[in-house]
Amino acid sequence: MSSPAAAPPHVVAGFTVPRVMFQVLAALVPVAAVHVYLYGPAILWLLAVGGVSALACEAIALRLRRRPSRDSLRDGSVLVTAALLALAVPPTLPWWLLAFGIAVAVLIAKHAYGGLGQNPFNPAMVGYAVLLVSFPLEMTRWPAPGGDWDAMTGATALDTLRTSLRQSYTMQEIQAGPAFGHIGATGGEWINLAALVGGVYLLVRRIVRWHIPVAMLAGIAVPAALFHMFDPGAHASASFHLAAGATMLGAFFIATDPVSAATSDRGRLVYGAGIGLLTWIIRTWGGFPDGVAFAVLIMNLAVPLIDRYTVPRIYGHAG
Amino acid sequence: MTRRSELRGGLRLEAHKALPLRHPVVQLPAPRTVVLALDQGSGQESEPAVRPGQAVRIGTTVAAQHGAAAALHSPVSGTVREIAPRPTLRGTGRCIVIDNDGRDEHDPALLPCDWRSLAGEDLLERIAAGGVAGLGGGAFPTAVKLGLARRTGVELLLLNGAECEPWICCDDALMRERAADVVLGAEVMLAACGAARCIIAVEDDKPQAIEALDAALATAADARLELRSLPAVFPLGAEGPLVAAVTGREVPHDGLPPQVGVVCQNVATAAAVARLVRDGMPVVSRVVTVTGSGVLDPANVEARLGTPIAELIAACGSCADGERRLIAGGSLTGRALDDDAVPVTKGLNCVLAATPADLPRRGAEMPCIRCGDCATVCPARLLPQQLHRAAQLDDVEALARFGLGACIECGCCDYVCPSAIPLTARFRAARERQRLRDLERERAAQAKSRYERHQRRLAEQAEAEHRAFDEARRRARGDSSTGTGR
Repeated sequence: MSSPAAAPPHVVAGFTVPRVMFQVLAALVPVAAVHVYLYGPAILWLLAVGGVSALACEAIALRLRRRPSRDSLRDGSVLVTAALLALAVPPTLPWWLLAFGIAVAVLIAKHAYGGLGQNPFNPAMVGYAVLLVSFPLEMTRWPAPGGDWDAMTGATALDTLRTSLRQSYTMQEIQAGPAFGHIGATGGEWINLAALVGGVYLLVRRIVRWHIPVAMLAGIAVPAALFHMFDPGAHASASFHLAAGATMLGAFFIATDPVSAATSDRGRLVYGAGIGLLTWIIRTWGGFPDGVAFAVLIMNLAVPLIDRYTVPRIYGHAG
Repeated sequence: MTRRSELRGGLRLEAHKALPLRHPVVQLPAPRTVVLALDQGSGQESEPAVRPGQAVRIGTTVAAQHGAAAALHSPVSGTVREIAPRPTLRGTGRCIVIDNDGRDEHDPALLPCDWRSLAGEDLLERIAAGGVAGLGGGAFPTAVKLGLARRTGVELLLLNGAECEPWICCDDALMRERAADVVLGAEVMLAACGAARCIIAVEDDKPQAIEALDAALATAADARLELRSLPAVFPLGAEGPLVAAVTGREVPHDGLPPQVGVVCQNVATAAAVARLVRDGMPVVSRVVTVTGSGVLDPANVEARLGTPIAELIAACGSCADGERRLIAGGSLTGRALDDDAVPVTKGLNCVLAATPADLPRRGAEMPCIRCGDCATVCPARLLPQQLHRAAQLDDVEALARFGLGACIECGCCDYVCPSAIPLTARFRAARERQRLRDLERERAAQAKSRYERHQRRLAEQAEAEHRAFDEARRRARGDSSTGTGR
């Protein structure tokens, strides 16, 4: 009648890593849906290619590392990586390039460091960065929403903004261009809105805690607002930055990857704010169209340092 | 040092207390044989004061207080059969086995006392002699705790009626039925420890207990006593979180509550003190919650100490079919039992006969993804995810930096961990390794100093021999030189 003695606690909430991961995937559905609406069904093809190649890479890596593959394949983490990368690249990207990015993300960024829970860098962003520096042309040509790809592929709003500002156009002139929508970029603003909806879902379901998204959005919005206030002709507004590029996707889905983020609440505020600030700096003065991927990777580097100096005061210990 | 501190973290858990609380506390008949564990839950054994064959009655002292083990009294009248190792809550321990003669005769030495006329020190002695120990689970001698509080000079007596474990409700039942005892016990303890006031802290999911205590406090009309309701959050019943939630003070990590002017006692302990002064009856029984889907009719039972747990389960209707786990204590901090022959002790508050539906098994362990859910719920404000990494690497410096010593082993981190990592067990193991390492270091230091002393002694001895030899030679030369007549 008795069973072997087990250590307490004898009860757990039963919330598991796979459930976390599948909630994240569910929260990405609005983004994918808006993507389809704006750019056509190409994203579904990319998501499928990304998912399959990610699972294949995971299986290969686990086999090479001689790890049991069934549970790890089912935990869903690799599908989140694939979905984030697929949604971050232009829908015109050749499928084999995406597969290459996924291979870099899963094989090198994740498994070379020891697999789930061990990677110091966000795998999806490593994949994105490698693709961006290796294939800059393919990675920066976004189609105009709802249009014919061959005719309409061109620079994004963030791209246009940077190049035009260097040619001494004013903000007012630039924003009259076709790449700009109501607040952010045409299309891009709807993607950001969808990511915000998914992000709020994650917050409500307590999959993600508020510290990183809020800090990152503040890290972008505060400097953007300040510079826009003092020099509105040369700097885009905070609302433009919040509704352009990968801001919302980054804040709620990418920067919140817990494995590569700082781990205490205070640390996450620092980490998120750093990503936001770096994103804005790279967008404003850098050479790449969007800064989220590099900002995340740079702050990944800083995580051990942040973690070291943000240990909370323990109960019963003096400040 | 004290600083304002709110309760942080913790879990709001679904309570499973309604079923046992449907009926009043059931008086369980005394068993034919009682098995009194010398270790009643504090981890130390009391000193047996009876011999096999000796006749005892209810309340006869059978073991004397020894360190952290309170005095022990016979819960039945009868004959001591033997003092021998038996299965206990902690595996195996020495027990006094007494055959019950069924007559339930009380020891004539048991007399009520007029506690108001007794000085604090005398009251403490009385409480010690009555074997009163922490009935919340710690079973630490109440008189020792109150005595330390008296010497330190505490301001507040904090009666713990939080009872935050989701299955345990023996204190709830006791407060409902014996609120007057709790209040009387509080007054006696105030006199014993010298505190100026007493707060009875009860979680707000126990409205009936709060109502009963309110009425008893109105009757007692003692302005020093106050009832405080707390949010129902696990682990508010643990000493550190409770002190923080009620007073806003933090117990220093290397200290005890008296250092911040507080002494904590359980409400059931207070009721036991009341019984001791009013009826002269030492602690020979306690209320235990018997619950879980493994019993047909969950109830709070008052059982004599030394009653086998099997009899408690039988009294509540055992449904033996299917898999079931026996847990002594609650679902979060309780101890899994292999054997239902283990006896009731002062520290046993609950027997949980759990089916897999009650307590789903945890899944397979996965790698930590640093989600930090554990840090969110940790009442000690630790970062369990970092501690876990340090424990895996056995990194002594990191374990200290992340505050392993402040872990109260409440199990909250385990409860929420999506990777199903047995964090609490890992931390306990790391602590054990730490303890062994400290012991080892101490032993090495002792050996070293012993060796050095030995070396010094040898050197001194050699030196002395050398000197004696020189001396002798000089003397011999002197003698010979005088002989040569130079």
